[in-house]
Amino acid sequence: MTTQIVLGAVAYDPKVVTIWEGFKAWFADQGLDFDYVLFSNYERQVQAHFDGVCNVAWNSPLAWLEAERLGARLGRRARAVVMRDSDCDLTSVVVARAGAGIAKLEDLRGKTIAVGASDSPQATLIPLGWLASHGLEPGRDFEVVKHEIAVGMHGDHVGGERHAARDLIEARVDAAAMIDANHLAFSADGTLPAGSTVIVGQTPTYDHCNFTVLDGIDAALLERFVSLLLGQSFEDPRVRPLLELEGLKRWLPGRTSGYALLDDAITRFGTIDSWLDTVSRRP
Amino acid sequence: MKTLDLGGLGLDRGGHLLVRRALAEVDVGGRVQVEGADPALGVHLRAWARGRGHGFEPGPPPIVIRTSLEDQRWSGAVAAGDAARPSERASASWGLAARGARVEAGLAPLEFPLATRDQIWTDDAARLYARAAAAQWDPETAIDWGAPFELPDAVETAVVQVMTYLIENEVAALIVPARFLARIHPHFREILQILAVQAADEARHIEVFTRRALLKRPAPGLSTVGGQTSLRTLLEEPDFALASFLLSVLGEGSFLSLLWFLAEHGPDPITRQITTLAAQDEARHVAFGLSHLQHHAEREPGLRARMANAVEQRFAALQHTAGLNEEVFDALVLLAAGSWEPGAIARGFDAVVALRQDMDRGRRTRLARLGFDAEEAERLSSLHTRNFM
Repeated sequence: MTTQIVLGAVAYDPKVVTIWEGFKAWFADQGLDFDYVLFSNYERQVQAHFDGVCNVAWNSPLAWLEAERLGARLGRRARAVVMRDSDCDLTSVVVARAGAGIAKLEDLRGKTIAVGASDSPQATLIPLGWLASHGLEPGRDFEVVKHEIAVGMHGDHVGGERHAARDLIEARVDAAAMIDANHLAFSADGTLPAGSTVIVGQTPTYDHCNFTVLDGIDAALLERFVSLLLGQSFEDPRVRPLLELEGLKRWLPGRTSGYALLDDAITRFGTIDSWLDTVSRRP
Repeated sequence: MKTLDLGGLGLDRGGHLLVRRALAEVDVGGRVQVEGADPALGVHLRAWARGRGHGFEPGPPPIVIRTSLEDQRWSGAVAAGDAARPSERASASWGLAARGARVEAGLAPLEFPLATRDQIWTDDAARLYARAAAAQWDPETAIDWGAPFELPDAVETAVVQVMTYLIENEVAALIVPARFLARIHPHFREILQILAVQAADEARHIEVFTRRALLKRPAPGLSTVGGQTSLRTLLEEPDFALASFLLSVLGEGSFLSLLWFLAEHGPDPITRQITTLAAQDEARHVAFGLSHLQHHAEREPGLRARMANAVEQRFAALQHTAGLNEEVFDALVLLAAGSWEPGAIARGFDAVVALRQDMDRGRRTRLARLGFDAEEAERLSSLHTRNFM
C-alpha cells in the first residue's frame, strides 16, 4: 500500500506548477509525502486515476462526473473529499444586449447564443442543459456558437467565455453564456461596457471542482491529506499565497449535491457517452 | 440587520466599496441587506461575496453575511518601525515597505546588508537631503554654453586634459554611492535619498565636464594607469564607512579645493561656471560623509582606527604608482597661468602649490572633526593619494 499522495492536476495554466510545488513543500513540512502529476486534459487524468498513476485527482465538475460514471461501469466508487469554498453555489447567466428586445428566456427562440468550449460546464453544458429543461433545445430552438478554446480543460481557461462576450458586444450573436463571476469581471473591465447587457436568465446554483478519490486508497493516508487541507488557514502567511493562487479562502468537506444540473445536461446531450464506451472497454 | 442602498450603482462600477464599508460596520456573522436598481445586482453580489469568503442569500433583496476570512490577511501583520524615527535595526521582513507601514505577515525576507542604524545614519539626513533636492540645477540652462571665448591652443588643451581627469573621477564618485545605495535597507529612506541625489549630482558633473571637454575638440585627453588605479581602490572598498571616508571626506574634500581652484583660475567663463556649480554639490557630499561618520564614530570607538588603517592600506596599494599624472599637474599650471609667458607660468605654478597646501589643510580640518588629533591628522593627510580623489 502506497504511503504517498500522488495528486493528478490539469495544467491549464503555468501557475499550476507554482501552486502544487507550493503545496508539495508545505505538505512535506507537515510530514506528508506528497507529489503531483500534471495532465494536458481531464479525460487523460481520469483514465490515469483509474490506472493508479495518481491516487487523488483535482477534478473539474465534468471530470468528477466522468470518474463517477466510469466507476459505476467498472465497479469502482468515486468520492469527492474536499472542495474550495469558492466552488460552492455558483451560477451561470445568459446575457443579451440591452435594447435588443430579448428580456426573457422565450425571447431566445430562433436566436444565436455564444458559449464557451464544448466541455465547459459553466459556459456551455450547464446553461445549455438548463435552457433545454425550459423547453429551448439547442440546435433546434436556437443556434449555438461554440468557442473551442482549450478543449479538454473543461472551461478552466477563461478565453472561451471572453470570446462569447465579445461576440455579443460586436453583435455577431444575440446572447452569450458565462459564469456569474465572469459577468461581473467582464462588466468591470469593460469587455461588457456598463449598461450594454441585460441578464436574460440565471441558472440555479451548482458546484465546481473537487478532490476526487477512488475506493482502495489507504484510509489513514487519505484522512491525513484531508485533515491537513481542512486545517489550512487563510490566517497562516505560509499557506495564504497558495490559497490565493488557487482562489479560495478555506477548504470545505466535499459534497456531491451540487452536480445535478451538469449531470442532467450531459445525460441530455450524451456529452461523455462515447468517451465512457471507449475507456470502459479498454483491456 | 444593516441595510445598504446602492441606488443605481452596480458592483461593476465600484459598488463593492460601499458593500465592503457596510460589512466593516457589522460584526462577524452580521448581515447586510443590499438594495439597488442595477438589474445585475443579485448576480454580481453572489459572485463577489463568494470570491471573498462571505455568505450570501439571494433574497430579493440579496443579503451578504460577513465572515472573518478577509480580515485574516492582517493577522500577524507588523509595523515597519516608527514613521518618525528609524529603528536601530531594520528587519528583512519589512521589505520595501514605507517606514511605519503595516506589513502583511509572510513576506519573503528581503536582505539588505546595511540594516543597522549606527552604520549609516545621521540625524542630519532629512535636512541634508532637502538641501540637496532644492539645489538641483539644469545643465542646459544653468550654464551659458554660448558664452564667447578664445583660448591659446595649449591652454585649451590643458582645460580638456583637466576635464578628462575630472570625468573619470566623477564616474568613480557616481559608482561608489550607487553601489551602496542598493545595499542599504530602505527603512533608512533619507540615506537612500541622499545617495540617489549624490549619484544624480555626479551624473550632471560628468555631463558638463564632458560637454566642456568636447566644446572645441573632437575627443577628450589622456587617461593614465596611475589615475585609474587610485580610483579603483575606492570602488573596491566593501565597507560603507570606509568607502565613505575615503571618497567623501578625503577624496571629495580634496576635490573641493580643486574645483574652487578651477572656479577661480579657469581661463574661460564656462569652465568657471561648471566648476562653481560642481563645487557646491561636492560640498554637500562632504558634509554628509562627515555627518554620518561622526555619528558612527561616536557609537563605534574602533572606527577611527579602521579609518586610519584604510588610509594606510590605500597608500601601500598605491605607492608604486605615479600619483597625480604629470599631464594633469602641468595642465593645471598652464591653465592657471593662461599663457606661455614665464612670469605667468611661475604664477600658475605657485597657484598649484597653494592648491595642494589648501587640500592638505582641508583634509586635516576634516580629520580633526572626526576626532583625530593634530599629529595623526597630519600623518593621515600626507598619506592621502597624490591623485587627489
